[in-house]
Amino acid sequence: MNHQFSDQRFSSAALAAQIQSVGVDIEGVNLSYGTNHVLKDVNLAIKPGEFFAFLGPSGCGKTTLLRLIAGFNTAQRGEVRIGGRDISTLPPHRRDVGMVFQSYALWPHMTVRRNVAFGLEERRVPRAEIERRVDAALELVGLKHLADRRPSQLSGGQQQRVALARTVVIEPKILLLDEPLSNLDAKLRVQMRQELLSLQRKLGLTTIFVTHDQEEANTICDRIAVMEDGRVQQVGTPQDLYDHPANLFVAGFLGTANVLDGTVRDDGAGGRAFVGTGFTPVALPAAEAGTGAGGKLMFRPQNLAIRTDGGPPAPGHSRLTGTVRHREFLGASIRYAVDVGGQLVQVDAPHQAGDALLPPDAPIILDLAADKARFLRQ
Amino acid sequence: MTSLALTRDRIARVRPGPALAALLIAAFLLLFLVVPVVQVIFVAFQDKTTGAFTLVNFADFFQNDLFMRSFGNSFYVSAMSVVVASLLALPLAYLTTRFEFRGSVLIQSLGIIPLIMPPFIGAVAMQLLFGRNGSVNLLLRDHLGFSIPFMEGLNGVIFVQSIHYFPFILINLSASLKNIDRAMEESAQNLGCHGFRLFRRIVFPLAMPGYVAGASLVFIKVFDDLGTPLLLNVNDMLAPQAYLRISSIGIADPMGYVISVVLIACSLLALWVSALAMRGKDYATVQRGGGGLAKRRLKPLEMVAAYGIVLLILVLVLAPHVGLGLLSFATIWSFSPLPDAFTLKHYHTVFSESGQYITNTLLYASLAALLDVVIGTAIAYLVLRTKLPGRQWLDYIAMAALAVPGVVLGIGYLRSFYGVPMPFTGQPLSNFWLILVFALAIRRLPYALRACTAALQQVSSSLEEAAENLGATKLRTVGRIVVPLMSGGILAGFVTSFATAAVELSATIMLVHSQSDAPLAYGLYVYMQSAAGRGPGAALGIFAVIIVGLGTYLSHVVIERGRRERGQDH
Repeated sequence: MNHQFSDQRFSSAALAAQIQSVGVDIEGVNLSYGTNHVLKDVNLAIKPGEFFAFLGPSGCGKTTLLRLIAGFNTAQRGEVRIGGRDISTLPPHRRDVGMVFQSYALWPHMTVRRNVAFGLEERRVPRAEIERRVDAALELVGLKHLADRRPSQLSGGQQQRVALARTVVIEPKILLLDEPLSNLDAKLRVQMRQELLSLQRKLGLTTIFVTHDQEEANTICDRIAVMEDGRVQQVGTPQDLYDHPANLFVAGFLGTANVLDGTVRDDGAGGRAFVGTGFTPVALPAAEAGTGAGGKLMFRPQNLAIRTDGGPPAPGHSRLTGTVRHREFLGASIRYAVDVGGQLVQVDAPHQAGDALLPPDAPIILDLAADKARFLRQ
Repeated sequence: MTSLALTRDRIARVRPGPALAALLIAAFLLLFLVVPVVQVIFVAFQDKTTGAFTLVNFADFFQNDLFMRSFGNSFYVSAMSVVVASLLALPLAYLTTRFEFRGSVLIQSLGIIPLIMPPFIGAVAMQLLFGRNGSVNLLLRDHLGFSIPFMEGLNGVIFVQSIHYFPFILINLSASLKNIDRAMEESAQNLGCHGFRLFRRIVFPLAMPGYVAGASLVFIKVFDDLGTPLLLNVNDMLAPQAYLRISSIGIADPMGYVISVVLIACSLLALWVSALAMRGKDYATVQRGGGGLAKRRLKPLEMVAAYGIVLLILVLVLAPHVGLGLLSFATIWSFSPLPDAFTLKHYHTVFSESGQYITNTLLYASLAALLDVVIGTAIAYLVLRTKLPGRQWLDYIAMAALAVPGVVLGIGYLRSFYGVPMPFTGQPLSNFWLILVFALAIRRLPYALRACTAALQQVSSSLEEAAENLGATKLRTVGRIVVPLMSGGILAGFVTSFATAAVELSATIMLVHSQSDAPLAYGLYVYMQSAAGRGPGAALGIFAVIIVGLGTYLSHVVIERGRRERGQDH
């Protein structure tokens, strides 16, 4: 389990030099199965060499979109361009997009070597070159010594490497990964995702990664498209999505989100403020909302600080008063669920040995940094 | 935009290759299954002279004492065969699934041995062992002063058929008992249910669909069988009547067609009952990590009883084989428990006179089996992997052959192809030996198709997508991935089709035109017509058993090896 995609191995592989990074453009894609509208007007521009993720819960359309790029289903409208060329009418075998399947889809009746050689054989590559490139690809994933095994004799992690080698050996224009880590155990998953990232960086291969796990997407992807209900909800870097979610779904999917109901008021000094029960008005940037509009205020548990000194809120902070409902001891921190004016808010308090925990029903005072909170319309 | 969408959808849906394959298969099924059967039904409703629609033929049928008796006899024999077969199968199925029984290998072989001996071949041997003056009754009469009418009239048919067909019930019932999750039983026990109540309320209902499936199969097989009653000289049953009408009065006589329609209707009825029992009862209850029902050890006394039952059934099951073996080596075997002396001359006779039968059989059965797996694989692929409109119908029509008795197919072929002259020779097309191959192929197609479909269902479609993704066309993917991965199932389907086609008599007997074109089963029938022919007939029967037995063994080996290679041996 400890084969790394090392630099030394990589430079010996004859793969990287030939791969020319290309971008992927998805424009106005709509796809339905009967009355079931699976993809709704999807537009995405994936840059050359980018490690891009389709992130969303199951049934959001992310795998359908990936399979659309690979040519396994057909959109009713819209087009997919790879390196500027429309591939919508090409059959799967002429698309040159390498896909690693969730189940790996290794052919059980062929050895590892035969599996990896398959795509080159289909391309009528000369025999000697096939040998050389298969060896290079197997070396790249550190499995050259297992070349004559059958897939059923390999562990899950090894099977995944074979699937990867089988795909990159054909030097695809782009690499598609369909939940590649979901069949691995937790420890291996963390290791494999770093290996995937280093492989992708070295090959410079534009890669699309489908996952429902936001941690996976956050740790290795350059940019993420969050999908829900067949629509792209937001596209951005992991940090961007976490800090500036465009809507409640994105906010909730990328981490724990606190949401307070309220309305926007004039603060009397030309600015705007978010007003509701249980907290003092929160100053909003003027551009965010018109006066009188209803909306939600979203912030993260770590944006709150518990105040026990009885002093006034610090400048730029709003005060929340409430009651502890229940608590979860997480080790490094304690997460309290606090009732603020009838709405539950979660707050993380760092924990040190010897610290006392607040009991349920204890009154609690919280300060919220206004510039960390984000106003969202419904 | 919509027009673009339509064209794109159409391109995705209809590709020329699959469409062409589907058309070819459809044409074959139409010509050699649908047309002959529809022809038969049509004639049954036609006035003999004017050709107008009429129910007179059916009125004649229902007013004729012989036909009504035949109808009743067929029904009685089929139902009783189900009962006797169930009595044989139940204890065996229960033993293997509920107890840790060392003899389960024995039981498994019990489930196969009868099937490798076509019932009509064993029928004569059974007559010699269990008949009025057979070995058993001679011994009984000499020593105990009474005899048992095992083989008297309909009893003989029931006896032979149930010994041959009980494995269908055994296999289906054991499979559904094995598939019951232990947790089903345990949770019932946890809620306070035990003993016979547990069996009646949980185990029995869960195993019921498997039993009904097996039982209805036995019913249909017995109802449609022509060879066994014919060889036992029991002619007042429906299938023999149909055959005798057509062969003695001619293909213009409407009664043969009416009987055919009745046979089809009864087959459909049995299939419908089975479908009804299975509907909405997809009891695939084994959950992750679950095993079959809890097994317990047998107490010593129970062990003795268990072995007693198993051995008794084993003796019954082996009786036709033993009898046939003895007969094939016997000089004279009549009115004595054992043959007078032994000889090899029957085998010599068979080799010198009847080599033609054996080579014909090998040719016909392998061609039919090849046709079956090619069509079966193609239909399975079209149904499971393409979006071709109407693809399901290929499956339905091919499976409909299950409800068509061999006699009916034979009559249909005679009626449809007798009037068609062959090019060059001018002989009727129905006399051409290839027609016999097509009849055999149609008869075995449902089994081959199910084997191929099961094999394809085990090939994950992502394995194919991976190949396409790496640059293989659809056709290359089928050749390099799909067919190799299905090969175990295809080969098993081939061997099963081959082995059963090799001993098919019902359709064969109607379509064989000349001795030189005849296969083994027909030769056997001819030999058995005369007392002097029984010896060579038995020797020929031994060949049939060897062909079928080898085939069955081979398919078993192939399936097992495939399973091991793919690392599915756990």
